[in-house]
Amino acid sequence: MYQILSKTELAQGTVVANEIHAPKIAAKAKPGQFIILRVNETGERIPLTMANTNEERGTITIIYQVVGKTTALLASMSAMDHLADVVGPLGRPTPIEKKGTIICVGGGTGVAVLHPITKGFKEAGNHVIAIIGARNKDLLIMEKEMKAASNELYVCTDDGSYGHHGFVTDVLKEQLEKHGAAVKEAVCIGPVPMMKFCSKVTKDFGIPTMVSLNAIMVDGTGMCGCCRVQVGDETKFACVDGPEFDAHKVDFDGLSARLTAYQKQEKEAMDAYQKKCSCSTEA
Amino acid sequence: MKKKKEKTPRQAMPEQAAEVRRRNFDEVPLGFPEELAMLEASRCLSCKKPACVEGCPVSVDIPAFINKVKEGDFTGAILKIWEKNSFPAVCGRVCPQENQCEGNCIVGKKDKPVAIGSLERFVADWARNQNDIPMPPIEKKTGKKVAVVGSGPGGLTVAGDLIRKGHEVTVFEAFHKPGGVLVYGIPEFRLPKAIVAHECNFMEKMGVKFETNVVVGQTITVDELLNDEGYDAVYIGVGAGLPRFLNIPGENLMGVYSANEYLTRSNLMKAYRFPEYDTPLVTGEHVCVFGGGNVAMDALRTSMRMGSDDVKCIYRRSRDELPARGEEIHHAEQEGIEFFFLHSPLRFIGDENGWVKAVELQEMQLGEPDDSGRRRPEPIPGSVKTVDCDLAIIAVGAGANPLVTSTTDGLDTNKWGYIVANEETGKTKKGQVWAGGDIVTGAATVILAAGAGRGAADSIHEYLTWGW
Repeated sequence: MYQILSKTELAQGTVVANEIHAPKIAAKAKPGQFIILRVNETGERIPLTMANTNEERGTITIIYQVVGKTTALLASMSAMDHLADVVGPLGRPTPIEKKGTIICVGGGTGVAVLHPITKGFKEAGNHVIAIIGARNKDLLIMEKEMKAASNELYVCTDDGSYGHHGFVTDVLKEQLEKHGAAVKEAVCIGPVPMMKFCSKVTKDFGIPTMVSLNAIMVDGTGMCGCCRVQVGDETKFACVDGPEFDAHKVDFDGLSARLTAYQKQEKEAMDAYQKKCSCSTEA
Repeated sequence: MKKKKEKTPRQAMPEQAAEVRRRNFDEVPLGFPEELAMLEASRCLSCKKPACVEGCPVSVDIPAFINKVKEGDFTGAILKIWEKNSFPAVCGRVCPQENQCEGNCIVGKKDKPVAIGSLERFVADWARNQNDIPMPPIEKKTGKKVAVVGSGPGGLTVAGDLIRKGHEVTVFEAFHKPGGVLVYGIPEFRLPKAIVAHECNFMEKMGVKFETNVVVGQTITVDELLNDEGYDAVYIGVGAGLPRFLNIPGENLMGVYSANEYLTRSNLMKAYRFPEYDTPLVTGEHVCVFGGGNVAMDALRTSMRMGSDDVKCIYRRSRDELPARGEEIHHAEQEGIEFFFLHSPLRFIGDENGWVKAVELQEMQLGEPDDSGRRRPEPIPGSVKTVDCDLAIIAVGAGANPLVTSTTDGLDTNKWGYIVANEETGKTKKGQVWAGGDIVTGAATVILAAGAGRGAADSIHEYLTWGW
């Protein structure tokens, strides 16, 4: 059904890229949209934003960090294995048009989500400044691809093991000071705290900013309301109203809190999974 | 003879004891054994003008099938039911028979009505366990293609009717399993999922194709189905599909669910079997469910089964206005659900980590009747109380999900976003497109959706045969 055609480890077995056969989705998907997948019959449904699509090959590419049982299970699958379910494309595409100078900021695996958007803005004729960051050099992904997709690329690592020593917000601030009002829009995608702080920086400069939110979801069609986020005065559903929203209106703290709702169960599931894996290796 | 019949009391279906079932997900009523079914069938008067049939949205020939049961010809009985109803095992369980067939039963004028629902269920369950039941006849292939959007009760009815008339039918489902609300909404203890799977397999055997993981409006649009994929007709039966919230402060706290989410996690994703299944669900010590319909009853009884001892139904009107089926309310009470009538939530109160810990309730009293004919609940000034609540489930109805309507050209919707369609034929303003069920009427019942599907299937068949 949904065959994994290739598997690439981007960072020490913790960040993995899979190219998956899903022709219907590949034919329809646009930058910014996501899919929901289920690894196997007992699996949960998790949303992942597509890093790439290839209509000719009928494939989509997802890039994810191993953070819990489902991503661990996904990473344990080999090329030629099948996923139980992949549904999409879901959510609204990124509105991409020619505006002038655009700054694209990505952190961690958010860079994978940012890549097609960056590429889209450049292809639309914008001058694209990209800033990407990771905790350390080993966790930094898609530098080459981002370089090709942008006009200027700046790289940061939290520990200084590569590129600028510090956070993406530092470079973002520098660039905004340098270019000022020429910057028409910023797109920031990554961990919630990173998006929150990027948003603070761009707000000071009055730059319209978009963030892509990774809320917990079930159906992804607006039916359950699990992914609701506070945006300004309104409650929005990340799955159908998003996943991208005006960064200056998003309640990031509320989103952070809701992302922890199943922490206890996630740990329980991961512990049981790791125990089972180590047992079966010993046997 | 007649006198003797009147003396047989209505037979009660054996069921799991409340104190046992409140902690398991097994089905509550256990079904009729053969002798009991035949005895109950003997209560039917075989009326010449059967009022029960008039009460059935899909016009099952009730006296005819009951007659077969009376004679012990269960094969004959199921074939009779199948003429009009493609999934009797489902309808026998979840139809509000008291307002439909049984509500019209002549026996019911003086005595308790014939247990039509239980008999329908008995026949369907009996048939499921046989290997040699002949399939319903399927007419010669017409070469026409029909797309059914949504695999709930309406979509399944359309698919079942049209496949028998010789058309090619593909059903598109957004989730990974077919069945729609029968799978994600109605809990296992009311409708075992194996039964829904069996009914869908039966459709497949008749030739219906199911395509899961297709979100019409996203993966493909209605216009693409008609223009690019060569479908001759499309039926939209996607359900309401938009959860309604209370719009009160604190609603985005953790531990506050829509009933749609809570039930989907537990039913479709089998969160009640976590960690065997990976989908988690919050369990609460103090559960409050807001609303008084069948969905609220399902959420209440599910949270009780998840291990809570304090489960409250918070409803702003009084007992008389509860919209849920009597049987559901009765079962909920037996299982220890506490009813808080005439209480309306004002706000949720959270703890320091963003979890709900309490809810503030306004006490209400009933005033004059409102537009719905029910007495309007009004706040009693100064009567506000706070109750513990670490799991809140909101079951106050659903609205129209715009995913399909907003991506289809020329489809008329009303001011609430529901599709405008002819009540009997399901015809919409857009040529070759029919619609029915909750996306037309707003949230209703399984059998009303099936009834709408029946009307639309007839109209689609007419169009495919004769054109406009």
